[in-house]
Amino acid sequence: MSLSLDEVKRIANLARIEVGEEEASAALAQLSGIFDLIQQMQAVDTSAIKPVSHAQDLMQRLRPDIVTEVDQRELFQSIAPQVEAGLYLVPKVIE
Amino acid sequence: MLNSSLKQFSTLLAAKKISSAELTGEFLKRSQALNPGYNAFITINEETSLNQARAADMIIASGGARPLTGIPIAQKDIFCTKGWLTTCGSKMLSNFISPYDAAVVERFNAAGAVNIGKTNMDEFAMGSSNETSYYGPVRNPWDTTAVPGGSSGGSACAVAARMAPAATGTDTGGSIRQPAALCGISGIKPTYGLVSRYGMVAFASSLDQGGPMAKSAEDLALMLNVMAGFDTRDSTSLQREAEDYVRELEKPLAGLRIGLPKEYFVKEINDDVARAVEAAIAEYRKLGAKTVEVSLPNTKLSVPVYYVLAPAEASSNLSRFDGVRYGYRAPKYIDLDDMYRKSRAQAFGAEVKRRILIGTYVLSHGYYDAYYIQAQKLRRLIALDFAEAFKQCDIIMGPTSPTVAFDLGEKSSDPVQMYLSDAYTISVNLAGLPGMSIPVGFGDKNRPVGLHIVGNYFTEAQMLNVAHQYQRVTDWHMQMPAGSQE
Amino acid sequence: MQWEIVIGLEVHAQLSTRSKIFSGASTAFGAAPNAEACAVDLALPGVLPVLNHGAVDRAIKLGLSVGGKINSPSIFARKNYFYPDLPKGYQISQYELPVVEGGNVTIHVGETEKTVRLVRAHLEEDAGKSLHEDFHGMTGIDLNRAGTPLLEIVSEPDMRSSAEAVAYAKTLHSLVRWIDICDGNMQEGSFRCDANVSVRPQGSDRLGTRCEIKNLNSFRFLEKAIDYEARRQIALLEDGGAIHQQTRLYDPAKDETRAMRSKEDAQDYRYFPDPDLLPLEIPASWIAEVKSGLPELPQQMRIRLERDYGLSAYDAAALTADREIAEYFDAVADKLPSDPKLCANWVMGEISSYLNNEGKLFDNCPLSPAQLVQLLTRIKDGTISGKMGKEVLRQMWIQSGEQAGGWKRHDSEPVENLVDEIIKSQGLKQISDSGELEKLIADVIAANSKSVEEFKAGKEKAFNALVGQVMKAAKGKANPAQVNEILKKKLAK
Repeated sequence: MSLSLDEVKRIANLARIEVGEEEASAALAQLSGIFDLIQQMQAVDTSAIKPVSHAQDLMQRLRPDIVTEVDQRELFQSIAPQVEAGLYLVPKVIE
Repeated sequence: MLNSSLKQFSTLLAAKKISSAELTGEFLKRSQALNPGYNAFITINEETSLNQARAADMIIASGGARPLTGIPIAQKDIFCTKGWLTTCGSKMLSNFISPYDAAVVERFNAAGAVNIGKTNMDEFAMGSSNETSYYGPVRNPWDTTAVPGGSSGGSACAVAARMAPAATGTDTGGSIRQPAALCGISGIKPTYGLVSRYGMVAFASSLDQGGPMAKSAEDLALMLNVMAGFDTRDSTSLQREAEDYVRELEKPLAGLRIGLPKEYFVKEINDDVARAVEAAIAEYRKLGAKTVEVSLPNTKLSVPVYYVLAPAEASSNLSRFDGVRYGYRAPKYIDLDDMYRKSRAQAFGAEVKRRILIGTYVLSHGYYDAYYIQAQKLRRLIALDFAEAFKQCDIIMGPTSPTVAFDLGEKSSDPVQMYLSDAYTISVNLAGLPGMSIPVGFGDKNRPVGLHIVGNYFTEAQMLNVAHQYQRVTDWHMQMPAGSQE
Repeated sequence: MQWEIVIGLEVHAQLSTRSKIFSGASTAFGAAPNAEACAVDLALPGVLPVLNHGAVDRAIKLGLSVGGKINSPSIFARKNYFYPDLPKGYQISQYELPVVEGGNVTIHVGETEKTVRLVRAHLEEDAGKSLHEDFHGMTGIDLNRAGTPLLEIVSEPDMRSSAEAVAYAKTLHSLVRWIDICDGNMQEGSFRCDANVSVRPQGSDRLGTRCEIKNLNSFRFLEKAIDYEARRQIALLEDGGAIHQQTRLYDPAKDETRAMRSKEDAQDYRYFPDPDLLPLEIPASWIAEVKSGLPELPQQMRIRLERDYGLSAYDAAALTADREIAEYFDAVADKLPSDPKLCANWVMGEISSYLNNEGKLFDNCPLSPAQLVQLLTRIKDGTISGKMGKEVLRQMWIQSGEQAGGWKRHDSEPVENLVDEIIKSQGLKQISDSGELEKLIADVIAANSKSVEEFKAGKEKAFNALVGQVMKAAKGKANPAQVNEILKKKLAK
């Protein structure tokens, strides 16, 4: 399978990782190698097999609708890059 | 004393031959002396550890000691530890003082164990050599030109070099077993769901599992007694009766059926590793075990399947690292998206970025069915292979890694070669089975070889028994690297 | 060309659980910023979601109420995108196998009844809020709302006008409050609509390209946004232009919609099953338990009120727009089955306006249905006039304190007859003794000979003047019907 440079840039954008031209080209070469490895999967006919998503066939456990958490804002915000008036600050969001 | 078992340490503490503060101080001193050479620890907090030790001494004095009370344990830096820097080996979390404790950390605290430091690891547990850590590579104490394996390389090194009596690790595709093998120690990855993932920084949620790393199976059993247990905060945690993993250690092995997958003993294994593994199996026959050939036909698919599923989950799990609520934020940016892109580009290392890109790609529109769904189907086939094999045997054995520890830098430029070295361990994670590695000798350049033991679901006690019986008649696990002698 | 407007709605109803959908943090509205954002809501490294039983329970309630299918298992998936109010970088939602599939909602627009089909209803977590007030040119993020449970209810594109869309939204709004799964507070954002609008030539069976208008938090905005958007699309097409699939925002100040900047790139959400959550199993026993706890639904009750009480479709619809009114009315009419119309008038009229004035809900009505029935009985048997009834009600309102826990808890208890006491003590009883009334009327006739003459000359208005004089003399306590009857009889002589 062949991955294109544009695809590398598209997925880097989706993943919000800045890549320069040179980096994208290097990534392309390495990712292509990895996808050649991954490509081995396609040789197997799996049409009759159900996909799994978890290691065990178990069902979701539910928690009772009870409030168990207390306000720890001060502690949590002590490690935040930028806060003001209890809010996390980010560059202006334009809707 | 450095080579004492956890049980022996506990006896010394109970008999007041030594205090926890003294024991902790000894290990701290040793760690501080050796760490510049090995780089096993990212964080050592002498005062915090000693305070914990003093508190443990009070518990011991009051007669409330439990098996690990007062014993120093190293924590892989993937476990959130309240008040401690918890980096996960990444620049992204290089300023993250965790505001809470992981379930595993809570359980060690409740057991009275002392946290002796946070161990180095591949960034976000992505790596097999510990070379992807933002904090620099860990050295293999048997040969400092060699890698210790990864991702729990810091923990493996710390135990091998006797900088800590035991340590925690996590294993997504072999990250406990492979470094244990490469550093000549013992390690077990339990059945998926046995150890709570709450507070363990997620790499690939459906594969990640915490477990202990120590010198011997007996020590692993004591560690697992603390680590395993149901946790309501983890939806994938298994609701089971608590088990005592020590209970079967002394059972004789007569009649044990060991399955040897024909796919494991192929040309890819180096001769030195094959020789040591075969010698170990011969030892098992002497102990009364029988061997049968079994087949795991889809073994070769496990690496491609893993490199779809693990990056897919990782790409999503690592989206939370956006520089908004904690962690690294780029110093300069022009707008919000630029802040995301720069923060993530600057704070994630090459391997992490590579896996995020793979994962983003395989989940993206138009590729999902061909990659992600196909991988999930093959995952079922891989699990079914093991189910078939376990109809003919009680336990499966093979090499943990096809080679002994490779040299630092040897594979770091070729990710595919690096990935392929995990072929044996990865399929166990895909199936959710328990797997362990124990030292069974030395190969080329006198580097350690590990025996991979895979059990059926929830047979950890039996696996520990199998490993312990071998360790009763051999002393590979007691050997210490030359540079670490007392 | 004649154009047809095609509308489908996605309604986000915040479920009225105490704690969040995947964490134990409180969902109470109005806390200090980020005071209700716990480790899980903040997506600290290593935290994990655990599903709230109460959220699933409410989703099942909605599913059963709209006749949908409850899926078991049902799967939670991650919807991946970056936004500062989305701490994990993905929203836990449902993609394949939502908790509810299918179902329908009956709406009424004027005299017309219509069925809107539902595609699905799925559980998901709400995002936080971005506060755009100026923090040195930056945006503030409050994550209190992050993780609040939402039920996203998705309709088929079955609506053909903004009026139908509003009727559908109102019916659903009334339903979620009726079955007590959402408080319906639109100002606080507990009930929000996204409208998918497209247009096509009348008679076409192909759907046009749609635009999605996000976050409409009032019925009025919903109506105006759809009207604007339909006009915009029609104008564009008539000019030979084409519609581009877009996400748009409605600006109430300008009464127009505009494309959202942040949604400009084609999104690729990379949905996949959340590996932190296992498949959700909803056993038949759970469904049966929810079913047995469901109240009579508005549509069923509406039919019953028309059938059993002979109410008009209009009255039945008005009474069942709100469960508290409906239940109150039902209790009143049940005690006075001979005149449901009188009951309906008083419940929707006087009682409703008293409660409105005091900002109270029907459940906390100080006057119990039994007390109202005492009053209505005295009006019906002619003891007091309707006008006097209002005065009695005023005094009863003052004297009755609110009953602890609402009237429902006390409905079976005996009540003292406050009505008769007030009538007696205030002398409000009607003059129903015909002898007394006849004397009074005779006096009025004698004193108003001019009016009598005019009446006899054929002037009907003069009769009304005479009735007025009688009522005045009786200080309002005469029964108007009786006065009419006696007066006519006497004048005919």
